[in-house]
Amino acid sequence: MPDTVHTPTPGLPEFDYVKLTSLAAASQFLAEHAGEARPLMGGTDVFVRMRDGFWKDRFLVDVKGLDGMNDIIFDPATGLTIGASVNMNRVIASPEVKQNYPVLAEAAHTVASYQLRTRATIVGNICNASPAGDTIGACLVLDGTVRIHGVDGEREEQLSAFFTGPGQTVLEPGDVVTAINFPVPPEDYEAKYIKLGRNAIGDLAIVGVTALGYPDEGAPSGYRFRLALASVAPIPLVPTQAEQILAEKTITEATIAEAAVAAMDACAPIDDVRGSARYRRLMVRNLTRRAVTQVWEQLKG
Amino acid sequence: MAFHRITLTVNGDTELVDVPSNMTLLQMLREKLVLTGTKNGCAAGECGACTVLMNGEPVNSCMVLAVECDGAEVTTIEGLAHAGHLDPVQQAIIEQGGVQCGFCTPGILMSARALLDRNPNPSDYEIRDALVGNLCRCTGYLRIIDAVKEAATKAS
Repeated sequence: MPDTVHTPTPGLPEFDYVKLTSLAAASQFLAEHAGEARPLMGGTDVFVRMRDGFWKDRFLVDVKGLDGMNDIIFDPATGLTIGASVNMNRVIASPEVKQNYPVLAEAAHTVASYQLRTRATIVGNICNASPAGDTIGACLVLDGTVRIHGVDGEREEQLSAFFTGPGQTVLEPGDVVTAINFPVPPEDYEAKYIKLGRNAIGDLAIVGVTALGYPDEGAPSGYRFRLALASVAPIPLVPTQAEQILAEKTITEATIAEAAVAAMDACAPIDDVRGSARYRRLMVRNLTRRAVTQVWEQLKG
Repeated sequence: MAFHRITLTVNGDTELVDVPSNMTLLQMLREKLVLTGTKNGCAAGECGACTVLMNGEPVNSCMVLAVECDGAEVTTIEGLAHAGHLDPVQQAIIEQGGVQCGFCTPGILMSARALLDRNPNPSDYEIRDALVGNLCRCTGYLRIIDAVKEAATKAS
């Protein structure tokens, strides 16, 4: 049985570190050792899980830096690609991210500390599939797509269809996520991530709300909003009802309040050490209202 | 368990080390290279006592495998002073009284050095932000922040 109390032993349990020279070899190895091998990126979640005894993998397959995974590329015509090995500090410092996808940098900046972000990656945050993952909301509202290398070659998955449960994803044995792609964002959009932690910075989210809004003549309200909620459901949650209200009704304080209640009603939080379910629900309402209001005020100019 | 022969540079010296897969950079520094200035605090990437520079960037050495450092350049607290002269941030933390029990100090100094390398004139907020991952239970942080500020001012 794993210790439930974390003891600060520096040692990791025994495993074999494996580094292969191609994605094909990595996928093949991971598939052959399904259930006892795991891809290793920055290790910021893997090592904690292994020290605590929750994960007992025999092999860690280091996939950092294989085949272009270290690149961060922006093309004004097609969008942004962040390779799986690109650490969060690089994402935060990237002029292209700051210019075109600032909410992603904003969200990454709330993760742990500078020295942890030297190792932590956006793709790792996604693959860890924690409902509390700070950067996942930004990746969802920016309409991210993950690129996956598996035993049968490359494929893509919409991030919105990627998560299946806490720590669970659609990934199959042998799959390695190599990058995340973002399309060119909507014109004149604004976005905001509000994180509620037990302290101002560095902690995991009790509740996180990401809101993105943009003018859209096709929507009855003249605007469309995309929302994502962290830490309030088994998976990072998109409250579609709330999005719909903001697209359909003229945007006023009352409409935003109604959407915030819809977001609250959509979530299914748990009680844990960081907060009660009841508190989380109320904070989803309040922070959704705050995030959407801030985005709305910026949109109005 | 597999062993790996790695070569890396630690504080300017080339080291050839045999490490098991599960050995962390922190364990290698302390137990193989006897560089015990780097401290083991939480072993979970929370406290920052084990912060060292890997290829110029700060990392929690408890969260990096030794084998991942093959070919890397690592700087520890033992490598901060040059030719008998303390690093300006070391001198400043002494002058400002930013050391009490001292357990967090090596990690704080490595984070501070990395900050000043990438941003020679940090604001108060930038100093605090850079030290988020370094916990100190003695000083209350204010004198540490003053020390980083002083080191930046003296250097410019």
